[in-house]
Amino acid sequence: MKKFAVVAAMATALLGSTAVMAAELEVTHWWTSAGEAAAVAEFARVFEETTGNTWVDSALAGSGTGANPVIISRIIGGDPMGATQMNTGRDAEELIQAGLIRDLTPIVDEMGGLGFYVDPTLLEPCTYDGKIYCLPVNIHSWDWLWLSTAAYEKIGQPVPKDWNEYVASWPALEAADILPFGLATGWPFSGIPGVLMSGIGGSDLVLAINRDKSADAVRGPEFRKVAEALDSLRKVISPETMVPSFGDVGTQLLEGTAAGNIHGDWLQGDLQVAGGVPGENYECLPALGLGDKLTGGGDSFYFPVLPAGTDQAVIDAQAALAKTLISPEAQLAFNLKKGSMPIRTDIDLTGANACMQKALVLLKNGLLPSGDFALSSDTQQQMQDLNTEFLDDDSITVDDYIERYASIIESAE
Amino acid sequence: MADTALPLEAGTTVNRPGLLNRIFLHNLPAKIAALPMMATVLVVFVGCTVWTIYYSFTNSKLLPTGKFIGFEQYERLFSTSRWNVSVSNLIAYGLMSLVFTLVIGFVLAVLIDQKIRFESAFRTIMLYPFALSFIVTGLVWQWIMNPTLGLQGTLRNLGWTGFTFDWIANPRMVLFALLIAGLWHGTGFCMVLMLAGLRSVDDEIWKAARIDGIPTWRTYVSIVIPMMRGVLVTAVVIIGSGIVRLYDLVVALTNGGPGISSEVPAKYVYNYMFSGGNIGQGLAAATMMLLTVLIIMIPWAYLEFGGKGRRT
Amino acid sequence: MSQTSVLTGVTPPQTAAQVEARGARPKPFFTPRKIIIYSILVMFSLYYLFPLYVMFTTSLKSMPEIRFGNIFALPQAPNFDAWVRAWTSACTGLTCQGLAPGFWNSVKITIPSTIVSIFIAAVNGYALINWRFKGSEIFFAVLIFGSFIPYQVFLYPMVMITRELGIFGTLQAVIIVHTVFGMPILTLLFRNYFASLPQELFKAARVDGAGFWRIFFEIMLPMSLPIFVVALILQITGIWNDFLFGVVFAGTQNYPMTVQLNNIVNSAQGTPEYNVNMAATVLTGLVPLAVYFISGKWFVRGVAAGAVKG
Repeated sequence: MKKFAVVAAMATALLGSTAVMAAELEVTHWWTSAGEAAAVAEFARVFEETTGNTWVDSALAGSGTGANPVIISRIIGGDPMGATQMNTGRDAEELIQAGLIRDLTPIVDEMGGLGFYVDPTLLEPCTYDGKIYCLPVNIHSWDWLWLSTAAYEKIGQPVPKDWNEYVASWPALEAADILPFGLATGWPFSGIPGVLMSGIGGSDLVLAINRDKSADAVRGPEFRKVAEALDSLRKVISPETMVPSFGDVGTQLLEGTAAGNIHGDWLQGDLQVAGGVPGENYECLPALGLGDKLTGGGDSFYFPVLPAGTDQAVIDAQAALAKTLISPEAQLAFNLKKGSMPIRTDIDLTGANACMQKALVLLKNGLLPSGDFALSSDTQQQMQDLNTEFLDDDSITVDDYIERYASIIESAE
Repeated sequence: MADTALPLEAGTTVNRPGLLNRIFLHNLPAKIAALPMMATVLVVFVGCTVWTIYYSFTNSKLLPTGKFIGFEQYERLFSTSRWNVSVSNLIAYGLMSLVFTLVIGFVLAVLIDQKIRFESAFRTIMLYPFALSFIVTGLVWQWIMNPTLGLQGTLRNLGWTGFTFDWIANPRMVLFALLIAGLWHGTGFCMVLMLAGLRSVDDEIWKAARIDGIPTWRTYVSIVIPMMRGVLVTAVVIIGSGIVRLYDLVVALTNGGPGISSEVPAKYVYNYMFSGGNIGQGLAAATMMLLTVLIIMIPWAYLEFGGKGRRT
Repeated sequence: MSQTSVLTGVTPPQTAAQVEARGARPKPFFTPRKIIIYSILVMFSLYYLFPLYVMFTTSLKSMPEIRFGNIFALPQAPNFDAWVRAWTSACTGLTCQGLAPGFWNSVKITIPSTIVSIFIAAVNGYALINWRFKGSEIFFAVLIFGSFIPYQVFLYPMVMITRELGIFGTLQAVIIVHTVFGMPILTLLFRNYFASLPQELFKAARVDGAGFWRIFFEIMLPMSLPIFVVALILQITGIWNDFLFGVVFAGTQNYPMTVQLNNIVNSAQGTPEYNVNMAATVLTGLVPLAVYFISGKWFVRGVAAGAVKG
């Protein structure tokens, strides 16, 4: 059925017919985990119900290596999708310069501007030459320490209130044969240094490193504390206890076989799908329970320029989708399922769970730029390589780590 | 080189052909028929290679539009520990894989060539993995090597508590984990090639060797193997090109881990070109791979194509 | 060439295992040498067969049984639920159609790509051996060199080339890409095979005035069945197993089965279902396995014919 629909959409597109009002719009994204998929389904539902168009879902597993090459090569190759999730920043900038991404400014003007965004800095990566080329649809933040209530019940201690209490509980956990820190193989480790940086190092350090690219700040005493925390963390992680995906860590937390995990807000979507209730089955500490601001940025959707001769209905559907994604209704439905922060707070968020409520309080203080939005994907790839190596190879000392981190920041643009 | 067919061409070219004629009209249908090959060679293999080398000297990010920056990408490449680890992994894995594939393939072929029963059953069993993709191969072996639910967990559950087979999670052993899966996939094909080579050796040679009282192993080493040159070349080309390209298997089995201990160059190229959004860096890595292949291939190409008209 | 030792099972001592079991009854046929040979072969066979066994049994087990942690065990209550799920309803994102659509896409990609790539490679091999022209060997050398270059290098420029041709994201693009990258090995095989054929036939036909195509279709092709079978198997399995080109060039509506396999296995929704993953893996591997088992003997014969001459 769906395949037929795509073919039909292509056929109408080729014929350039204007008779059809509703259209099928292909949307690519890499939100394939349980919680993410449930959230995307809300976007699709709202889009189809309110505009009469059809959301043709084109999910690709594996964000960086799986989905990104396909998305970019399709845009470059002249076979663009109707809309796509994409990493913001310098990558997209080049596609914009090449005229491959649709300018959303007229649509935004029609809506009366984007003043409802909770933090205007969210729109910075989408703005190029004063025009808007993408729309952040949620605030994506790594800044969470997740804790298992079951694990702390087992050792008879209260669930920690911040990072320091959590670290202090490690010996007791290990004595009870509970993993102090659950971790999935691959990229999840790379998100952790940034969280430690904001929680332990503080807002100024985050700004100095991520925004001002200051290598001196990396070599300073504040960052050393961060690197030392990372070092102590890697000592309680062993390759044998690592699990294949971050969803598995969620399971460990609910079972109480692992006590804690630092992972982005999207883990909560999976915890909820698995039946977890915040406060009962798991606890959450935004900014490690230490900081007063969250680091983060927006997950954004882009709308490629469609080839000449595309049915006007499809082009209209792009505009309709753009408006839908940031509409109060879609924002509420999507973010409640995904566990992330909405980009607007002028909506009724009483349905939000305890963790989201905590984050909403911090959100009022503004956002700090996290590495995954402030740094180019090239720099991020280098960071990821460094972190992966550091976790695995104990011969890399804290000093080595700091020096290599500094040299990556020095060469960052 | 063209001389072999020239006399037969005499009827069609009545006038002595000029240079232009010789280049364009001589064997015209063959040239037309070979157009797809020429196009592939010129446009893809030469054209894209030149393109790759050129852009490796630029600071291109997502699109090939960058400025010329000399050797900067290369300087960065060689100071990146992930790249250096990738290269030494490929050398270690490549040598082991090449040697073991050839040796195991040859030994199995010799054993199967001993007029044994169930020859075709053995052959079938040894060759079938070759039909499966590296993705499938990687997924199955990853499952077998899964520390808790795979072989290790099973044997421990059965009472052998000290049994350890954690190669996939052990940085020192992970290349051997790759090797087990790689050999599983490829040795059967090498065996078939070798078997074909063995069978092409004339029985008379065996008889003569026997009459001269040469031991069997020496006949293999000093007479049969040198006669199998053609098969060996084919085998090395096929195995070698597979090794340099090693990518799918790593992604499916270890994804480069633990840490960066099973990273390979092709993966570096792919990561920096696509997810890293740094084409210049990816292409510099690709150019180094090209250069390495060239260094290995040129002596071979010289041997293979240097002696013109060797074949009738 | 081949000793055509097909499994007949007519002669008295049925299997090696039986003989070993009967112990030390000295029969001249079962010398220590033979026992060593068979035991080595059987050991290797176990290595080759074990993953197949694990794949099938895991796909027939239930998840609690898998978590019990015994990969040797046969399934207690074998059932095909995981297979049905993998085929019809496993999910990627919002799409829960299993592998079935990908199967047909793979068929659509594999058939034309195989035919086109083999035909072109056969003509190449024929031209390289029988109709050499100035530079033909150089083209061949570069072609072989090309087979060593990682595909990732070509990905980007090939996207640009197919875009310029206006076929990016269509079946034509995948067919061209498979033809181009299958060319080195296939041309090598055909060239070696044609070199092994007696040249007298070709020369006689030339004297009779037959042209390039007539000789190709009337003399060379009828003699080339074995190598065609090899090429067919290499291409069908190779193209069926391809992931990279399918995902980049075919366009969303043509995603092959391997792409869906990857999506299903890697888009973990909740706890990974190893039985469904393994069932999906088996299903994806079934076509190349079938092709291989059906044509096994031909394949070996063809490789023998194609690979011997250097």
